[in-house]
Amino acid sequence: MRGGRAIILLYLLFLMLPIYWLINMSFKTNTEITSVMTLWPHTLTFDNYKKIFTDPSWYNGYINSLKYVILNTILSVGFALPAAYAFSRYRFLGDKHLFFWLLSNRMAPPAVFALPFFNLYSAIGLFDTPWAVALAHCLFNVPLAVWILEGFMSGVPREIDETAAIDGYSFPRFFLKIFTPLIASGIGVAAFFCFMFSWVELLLARTLTSVNAKPIAATMTRTVSAAGMDWGVLAAAGVLTLIPGALVIWFVRNYIAKGFALGRV
Amino acid sequence: MIKPVNQKAWFLVAPVLLIVAFSAVIPLMTVVNYSVQDTFGNNQFFWNGVGWFSELLDRSTDLGGRFFDSLGRNLLFSAIILAIEVPLGIVIALSMPREGWRVAATLVLMALPLLIPWNVVGTIWQIFARGDIGLLGAAVNALGVDYNYVSNPLHAWITIVTMDVWHWTSLVALLCYAGLKSIPDAYYQAARIDGASRWAVFRTIQLPKMQRVLLIAVLLRFMDSFMIYTEPFVVTGGGPGNSTTFLSIELVKLALGQFDLGKAAALSIVYNLIILAVCWVFYTVMTKADAKAGAA
Repeated sequence: MRGGRAIILLYLLFLMLPIYWLINMSFKTNTEITSVMTLWPHTLTFDNYKKIFTDPSWYNGYINSLKYVILNTILSVGFALPAAYAFSRYRFLGDKHLFFWLLSNRMAPPAVFALPFFNLYSAIGLFDTPWAVALAHCLFNVPLAVWILEGFMSGVPREIDETAAIDGYSFPRFFLKIFTPLIASGIGVAAFFCFMFSWVELLLARTLTSVNAKPIAATMTRTVSAAGMDWGVLAAAGVLTLIPGALVIWFVRNYIAKGFALGRV
Repeated sequence: MIKPVNQKAWFLVAPVLLIVAFSAVIPLMTVVNYSVQDTFGNNQFFWNGVGWFSELLDRSTDLGGRFFDSLGRNLLFSAIILAIEVPLGIVIALSMPREGWRVAATLVLMALPLLIPWNVVGTIWQIFARGDIGLLGAAVNALGVDYNYVSNPLHAWITIVTMDVWHWTSLVALLCYAGLKSIPDAYYQAARIDGASRWAVFRTIQLPKMQRVLLIAVLLRFMDSFMIYTEPFVVTGGGPGNSTTFLSIELVKLALGQFDLGKAAALSIVYNLIILAVCWVFYTVMTKADAKAGAA
C-alpha cells in the first residue's frame, strides 16, 4: 500500500523529532540553547556529559536507580516463577480470584500507595535504601511477571512434566534442569519488562528515598525546579536514561506487544 | 486442555502471596485506618466514622469540589486520548510493512517511546514545546499562534494530550499489529476472489480478528491514563491554576504535600474502588473472550 508507507514514515517522524531535539540539545552549550534556534549543534560540546560522569550527585543517581531496578527484577522473576507454574499447570481453591487480585495490583494507582509505603518503610527502617524501592515496585512487577511467565509456560506441553517424573526427576531438579531452559525466552521477556517498568517509575521511587538512594529521575526533577536551569545537562541526563531501553529492545522486538499486554496476546 | 486439581499448588503460590500482601494489603489497611480517623498531630487519632467520605462525596465542600473536578478532568482526558489513540493505532497497524527488515526496524523505532522513563517523557515535551528553546513551540509561534502551555490552559491540555499520543499510540498499534498477524493469508485470498472492497475486508476480516487485542488496548490505556501522574506533573505541575490537575496529582498534593491523612485516605479508597470495578469488568470480559477463543 503506497499510502501506508507514507503514514508509517510520518508517524515515525512524529515519534523521533522530540527525541532528536533532546539529543541535539544535549550536545549544545547553554548559550547556544537559549540564544539561537539551531537545528543541529553549531558549537559541538561534550561538557554536559562530562559533568554527569564527574559529578557524584549525578552519576550516583544512575547507580542508585540501577541498584533497585536490578534488585526488583531478581525478586519479581524469582518469586513469580513457581507461582506462574502453579497457575499454568493446576487448578486449586481460589485460583481465579488470586489471578484477579494480582491483576488488580498491577492496575492500582501508585499515588494511592505513596503515603502508606512511606510510613511502612520508615517504620521498618528501610526508608532511603534500594530495598524500599525494590520491594515497593514488586506491587506491580510481581503480578506482571506472573502473567507473562504463565503465558509462556502454558505453551510447554504437560507431557514433558510427566515424562520427567517417570524418569525419576524430583520436582526441584526437573524445574531447574528441564523446565527453566525450556522457558528461557519467557524469563528473558519477563525480566526485561520488570526492568523497564521499574526503570520508568518515578512517583514511588522519589517518595521512598531522600539522599542515599536517590534515583536519577528524582535528581532530574530537582534540576528542573531549580532557578536558572541547566538545560544542556538536563538533556544529557535524559539521553542517558534512554540507553537501557534502546540497548535491549532489539532482542525483545517480537515480544513487545505480549509484554505490555500482560502476556495475553 | 483440562488442568488437574491440586491443592498443593498453594505452596508454589505462597511466596508471591506473601510479597504482594506485604506491598499491597498492609498499605491498604493503613489507608483504611486513616480514612475513618482524624488527628490533631502527635500521633493521636480519634474515630471519625464516615466523615471524610461524606465530605469527599459532597460537591459543595472544598474536598468534594476538588475530588469531582479532578475526576471530571481525568475522565475527559481518558476519553480524549482513547478517541485519538485507538483509531490512530489501528490505522498505523494496518499500514505496517508486511515483511523484510523494514518490519523489525519499524517495530523497534515505534516501541522506543514506550521505554523512556516517564519523567523523561515529561522533560522531552517540556523542552520540545517551549516557545523559546523548543522546536515545536518555536514552529507554532512562527505560524503566528501565540502558543504558551505555561499560562494558557487550553494549550497546556493540547500539549499533554499530544504528549500522551506520542508516548502511548505505539502500544495500541503494536497490539493491533499482533492481532492482524494472526490472520491466515487464505482469508485475504478468499476476499480477493469475492472482489471485496478494502473497507469490507477491514469490517469483516480484520476488525473481528483485532477485537480481543483492542479490548486489552482500550482497557490498558484507560487504566494508565486514569492514574497518570509523572508526565503532566513534570510538564505543567498541574497548572496553569488547576487545569491539568488529575486525580493522582490531587491525591499526592493532599497526602504528601499537606499531610492531610484522613482526606487523602478517603480519596485513595474511592479511587481504588473505581479502578477495581473497571478492572473486574476487564477481567470478566477478557476471560470470556479467552474461553471463546479456546472453544473455537
